[in-house]
Amino acid sequence: MNSLLSILGQSASSGCGSCGSGGGCCQSSGQPHHTHGHHAHEHHSHSHHGGCCSQSATSVRPDETRRGFMERATTLVLGSFTLTLLPMMSGDEKKEEPSQTPAAPPEKAAAPPDPAAAAKGVLYGFLIDTEKCTGAGKCLTACREENRVPEGNSRTWVERYTHFRDGRVQVDLVPESGFHGSTVPQYDPAEVAKSYFVPKLCNQCVDAPCNQVCPVHASITSPEGVELVDPDRCIGCGYCVQACPYGMRFMNPETNNADKCTWCYHRITKNEQPACVEACPTGARVFGRLDDPESDLSKRLASLRTQVLKEHLGTNPKLFYTSLSDEVI
Amino acid sequence: MESQFVFPNDWHVAWSIMIVLYPYITGLVAGAFVVSALYHVFHDNSLKPVSRLAMVTALCFCSCATMPLLLHLHQPMRAFNIMITPSATSAMAGFGFIYNLYMLLLVVEVWLIFRPEIVATAQTATGIKGLVTKVLSLGIKEITPGARAVDNWVIRALAIIGIPAACILHGYVGFLFGGIKANPWWSTAMMPVIFLISAVVSGIAALVLFYLITGRGHSAEERSECVYSLTRYLWIALIAAFALEMLELLHMAYEGSSDWHVIWHLLTHPLRLSYGVLQVGVGSLVPLLLLPLALLMKRWPRLMMTVSALASLLVLVQVFAMRWNVVIGGQLFSKSHRGFVTYPLEPMGREGLIAAIVVLVLPVVLLLVASKVLPVYEEKAAH
Repeated sequence: MNSLLSILGQSASSGCGSCGSGGGCCQSSGQPHHTHGHHAHEHHSHSHHGGCCSQSATSVRPDETRRGFMERATTLVLGSFTLTLLPMMSGDEKKEEPSQTPAAPPEKAAAPPDPAAAAKGVLYGFLIDTEKCTGAGKCLTACREENRVPEGNSRTWVERYTHFRDGRVQVDLVPESGFHGSTVPQYDPAEVAKSYFVPKLCNQCVDAPCNQVCPVHASITSPEGVELVDPDRCIGCGYCVQACPYGMRFMNPETNNADKCTWCYHRITKNEQPACVEACPTGARVFGRLDDPESDLSKRLASLRTQVLKEHLGTNPKLFYTSLSDEVI
Repeated sequence: MESQFVFPNDWHVAWSIMIVLYPYITGLVAGAFVVSALYHVFHDNSLKPVSRLAMVTALCFCSCATMPLLLHLHQPMRAFNIMITPSATSAMAGFGFIYNLYMLLLVVEVWLIFRPEIVATAQTATGIKGLVTKVLSLGIKEITPGARAVDNWVIRALAIIGIPAACILHGYVGFLFGGIKANPWWSTAMMPVIFLISAVVSGIAALVLFYLITGRGHSAEERSECVYSLTRYLWIALIAAFALEMLELLHMAYEGSSDWHVIWHLLTHPLRLSYGVLQVGVGSLVPLLLLPLALLMKRWPRLMMTVSALASLLVLVQVFAMRWNVVIGGQLFSKSHRGFVTYPLEPMGREGLIAAIVVLVLPVVLLLVASKVLPVYEEKAAH
């Protein structure tokens, strides 16, 4: 019993058996003395009169000590349970402050999110102008190097759609090294009706399924609306990988955590552009603030006809496309 | 398929055979529990011979249910995060609580069922056996008729609670898949129901086999009566399960949404063997013929039990194939809906074939040991 009491932060000799306050019911709990008065009425054999602290430790009967212990134990258990539930009851989990820049490489991870920017309600967005993309693949290399993306997985990629004159549609992946010397099929221009490139990256959905399904709050939304993975919380269950309709998530074999495009969160919170945007030679990738009507992104979105991917799923992406065909999903 | 285009991150199948085993094992747990409840709650006395076996089966399989999950997790040391920091928006977050509550319920009920034997052994046995049974008795030695009446009331109450608990335990597994809108092969409200009914199917089929293997001490008449009753329940449950599975498929085909071409290609190519042959043909249609045939053979108990055992074996294959086709099948097509991948089941490794066999065999070994150690067929002292 003594050992259990010591775990609970009180000793049997100094504890207040009737109120279970562990010898500190008046001093440390901050509760007015009269709040314990009901114990006096319940325990008529007490030598004190409603004042638990006036009772000496030696006058506490064993059963009273046990009752006190039980009360404290119950309080502790219920308290622990309540604390466990706090994250569930906190409501808007999407506004959680990331503990660090999770997916950033170590040397880039030092910059914390800008609290001032968050306070102003910064909201980032992305626009892909498919008519400008030439499939150079520089964005892909830049992303892999910037974020140390392991071989075999991608945080961003570029698809080449080829519509043939006979109605067939062929989709190929643009190589990071560029087309020269690659294994990407080359088609006879006479057979091709049209062809275009579509870069893909995280859609940073407002109603992100990946965030919804994460069982341990490892998928979090930054104050700027960027979906991140907390590397210290992820259990590697892969549920988010299954839930992302865009195939943007993967299990990183080096970190054993879920991984994804973060729009280079470690850069954008320092007012830099994402690596892919910076590397794009044609300006096909446009990153900016959605909350600022004067930003280049907002102006373009206001004047262009845009689409999002898999709109029917109701994920509300913050990644927009111009001139998208129905074949693109 | 106009082109074989797979999103770069879809080449790797994220959920392996371990995630196939988890619903398979919990299905056996839920199904076995339902059989036990048919006796304890609904007083189907024909199932009395297997009522204890059913509970022990449920406990043995439930105690191994987390193994495939731990083998699958990329961060198994953080497994308890699912209970420490659960997310209210995630269906998966309920796992820790649902599993532990159900496990607790099973342990208490099994303890109450076997309490008379535990107390009797604790009072007579010496050495390690005596010590173990003394600890297991928890110091409660009272086995008077009055005490047993209380025990039996609690057993019945737990069995009543256990039925919805078993439904939640397994229905929730189906919900994990059914709630993924990114995957047209998974995303259906029918998924929890299909999982649940097939769980009952697998639990009954497993009990038929386990009983025929371990229950040789019973008289031929008693065994025949019990197996006949189990066969009848199995037939009804299989009809329901198969009807739901086919209804779901028919619904998809009839609607003919934009995703149907992917599903059709999936079923007719990568899953041709595991779906068409194992799940539908050998695993469902053949038992659907064999089971009523077994019921018609009541006059010839040995033949009836043989046919029932064969059908049960096929049904267990069917349910495993169904889990495989859902879990693995759902990852064999890319979210591009334009390409398919393969799942290379490696023999070695944490999520390999050998590890999977060990995980699947372990609860069976536990059950065989338990059937030797515990009096799974002796109820005279209990009632």
